Amino acid sequence: MASVWFWIVAVMVAAYAVLDGFDLGAGAIYLIAAKTNDERRRVLRAIGPVWDGNEVWLLTAGGTLYFAFPRIYASSFSGFYLPLMIVLWLLILRAIGIEFRVHIDNRVWQDFFDVVFSVSSILLAIFFGAALGNVIRGVPLDSTGYFFEPLWVSFKLEERIGILDWYTALTGVMALVALAAHGSYYIGLKTDEDLGRRARGLALLCWPVQFFLTFMTLVSTYFIRPEIMDNYGRHKAGLLIPAVVVVCLGIMLWANPKGKEKLAFAASSLYITFMLVGAAFATYPVMLPARDHRYDLTIYNSAAGAHGLSVALVWWIFAAVLAVGYFVFVYWMFRGKVQLEGGH
Amino acid sequence: MDSALLIHRIHFAFTATFHYLFPQLTMGLALLIVVLKTIGLRRNDPVYHEAARFWGKIFGINFVLGVVTGIPMEFQFGTNWSHFSRYAGGVIGQTLAMEGMFAFFLESAMVGLFLFGEKRLSPKGHWWTAVAVFAGSWLSGYFIVATDAFMQYPVGYYTDADGNLQLASFWAFLLNRWAGWQYAHTMCGAVTTGAFVMTGVGAFYMLSGKFLNHARVFIKIGVITGCLFSVLQIVPTGDRQGKLVTELQPVTLAAMEGLFHGQEGAPLVIVGQPNEEERKIDNPIAVPKMLSMLTYRRWNANVRGLDAFPRQDWPGNIPLLYYSYHIMVGLGTFFIAIMALSGLLLWSGKLYSARWMMWILLLSVPFPYIANTAGWMTVELGRQPWVVYGLMRTIDGYSKFVSAGNGMFTLLGFMGMYMVLGILGLFLVWREIEHGPESHRELVGLSTAEAV
Repeated sequence: MASVWFWIVAVMVAAYAVLDGFDLGAGAIYLIAAKTNDERRRVLRAIGPVWDGNEVWLLTAGGTLYFAFPRIYASSFSGFYLPLMIVLWLLILRAIGIEFRVHIDNRVWQDFFDVVFSVSSILLAIFFGAALGNVIRGVPLDSTGYFFEPLWVSFKLEERIGILDWYTALTGVMALVALAAHGSYYIGLKTDEDLGRRARGLALLCWPVQFFLTFMTLVSTYFIRPEIMDNYGRHKAGLLIPAVVVVCLGIMLWANPKGKEKLAFAASSLYITFMLVGAAFATYPVMLPARDHRYDLTIYNSAAGAHGLSVALVWWIFAAVLAVGYFVFVYWMFRGKVQLEGGH
Repeated sequence: MDSALLIHRIHFAFTATFHYLFPQLTMGLALLIVVLKTIGLRRNDPVYHEAARFWGKIFGINFVLGVVTGIPMEFQFGTNWSHFSRYAGGVIGQTLAMEGMFAFFLESAMVGLFLFGEKRLSPKGHWWTAVAVFAGSWLSGYFIVATDAFMQYPVGYYTDADGNLQLASFWAFLLNRWAGWQYAHTMCGAVTTGAFVMTGVGAFYMLSGKFLNHARVFIKIGVITGCLFSVLQIVPTGDRQGKLVTELQPVTLAAMEGLFHGQEGAPLVIVGQPNEEERKIDNPIAVPKMLSMLTYRRWNANVRGLDAFPRQDWPGNIPLLYYSYHIMVGLGTFFIAIMALSGLLLWSGKLYSARWMMWILLLSVPFPYIANTAGWMTVELGRQPWVVYGLMRTIDGYSKFVSAGNGMFTLLGFMGMYMVLGILGLFLVWREIEHGPESHRELVGLSTAEAV
């Protein structure tokens, strides 16, 4: 049962990364891709009806981690105290950047919220990537089952570690590039004319960087935690995951210039999903690795009681079906290219 | 007191209090908007439709602020209260996750359609989105109250081999009898806020001589719901909630009422200051035997005072608890008086021309916010010194590895951030009120998602 919840949490995190990923990415490219007020309004319209729902995946993934693995929720949230607080502030700034911009038709007001929205999106993408890097690299858990990481100690991975070192900085930049590309495919799909063309061009520009960083991240991960390959050694079928990642990268490169926008966006979504699934597959059954492996938090030493987990599965499946229904409905209602009112 | 403990408590209290300024209005308005839309649909009256659109705008601004200040609440259980979360997460994590899965997905999907979908949806279809937003926000309220109810009166759990709490009975936990009355009481409070805000804006237009047709609708709907819910606030919900406290947290009741010494025929203190050192109420104005009557329905019933309980189980801050409770009850009574008077004037057809009453209604707008805040302070201060009543003390629940200095840093950060949010929110709501409901004659297009 604990394994089921491990994979549910992993899938929810992936859903969050794919869904909120495109609106974060749209924010990251916002100032470059959208030049005029009309273009910026179109980007905001493309994400406006859906970004809040996308972000709910972060909350529900957190909530699911909370009741299914209370020990991991407690350790990781308090251990990553400072970066999480910064993430909260960025989420607040980003939300008001999206929502409050249009209330006042004033150039200064709009420019201000444009920058707030874009900068907070960029920083969030980096922070989420660095957070993932921390979880893969391992944290200084000890026998108390808790830790507290400062923001940074040394860029070299040494005895005392902080949130940022060369590895987590790499995963942070990697996340930013992957999400910027993802957002570019989305904006390319949802808009046309100059804006759509510029977004597709940016995606093309991101591609070699994304390819290079994907490769670098995988190699560095093996370098700092060689045991990450053990699960792949045990279950050869797992090697399909990196294969899918590579195929998706290929499809993105091929489909984008051909104008197959939906295919490129789908490939980018699958790429993100399989990068995360690959990470989950590699660390399973560990959920929060310690630098000292005796203190790893795993699904075995951290899961909640069996009754709670079985009951939750019933309501979770029911609620997830409803949620998928709402998403399909909303995306269908807002389908097609974004049109501004008044003949644009 | 341990300074880290104090900082983590204020961290949560501050962010929760600020957050709840928004949901109490949006939950209340969600119901009132459904009422406006229903009447508009029935009578085919454009004034009601414009009123619904106008309040939709106000709702939208407050909804965004509620969402962005709500996310930190979900995080803080782990960041600032990790020991409590590890201990009780297997149980209370369930309702917190259910809130997201059942309520937030529904709300976030429907709110956009409600605010911007009127043009593309049929009138019936749009009415349904308003109902869905109402259902989502009220559902979310239940899951939060159910979570709090477990902390007040833990049921449906067992203690596992590691000493942590686990879920034993889902239904016992979800249908905690504490949750039922507290939910009803909380929701009445939210509708009271919504009703006072709607009436207050109507009164403002009346006094300014603007938008008079809409003002009459706001005042009429606001006063009628205000009458109903300010009464429900006290009878039965407040009364029953009080009985639960009497039964399940008798020491809390004694502290709320400032009853230091138990007695038969206990008096109800209306005004007076609790003096902890001398264990008495200074300058009391009290109704003899009333407390016995209210709690046990007998004039001579014995009510246990604080002296019946060990000192270490007393709520930590008795004066604050006492004042919060008395302010809540005092304001609740005041709301009934104002709304009943307005109701009578409305009935006799004199309300709209009574400028003095318009002034009272306008100036009353802040008070439901104060009463709701004081109510939450009563229930959470009353729970002390426990974080899970009778099971885990608050001093054992905070994040021991997050230092006081780091807690202070982020507390100050939130204060600054929320000050900006508060100013922005007031500014934008004021602009909507200034523009007035007549600018909402035109339907808003579906794709203007930008204007949330």
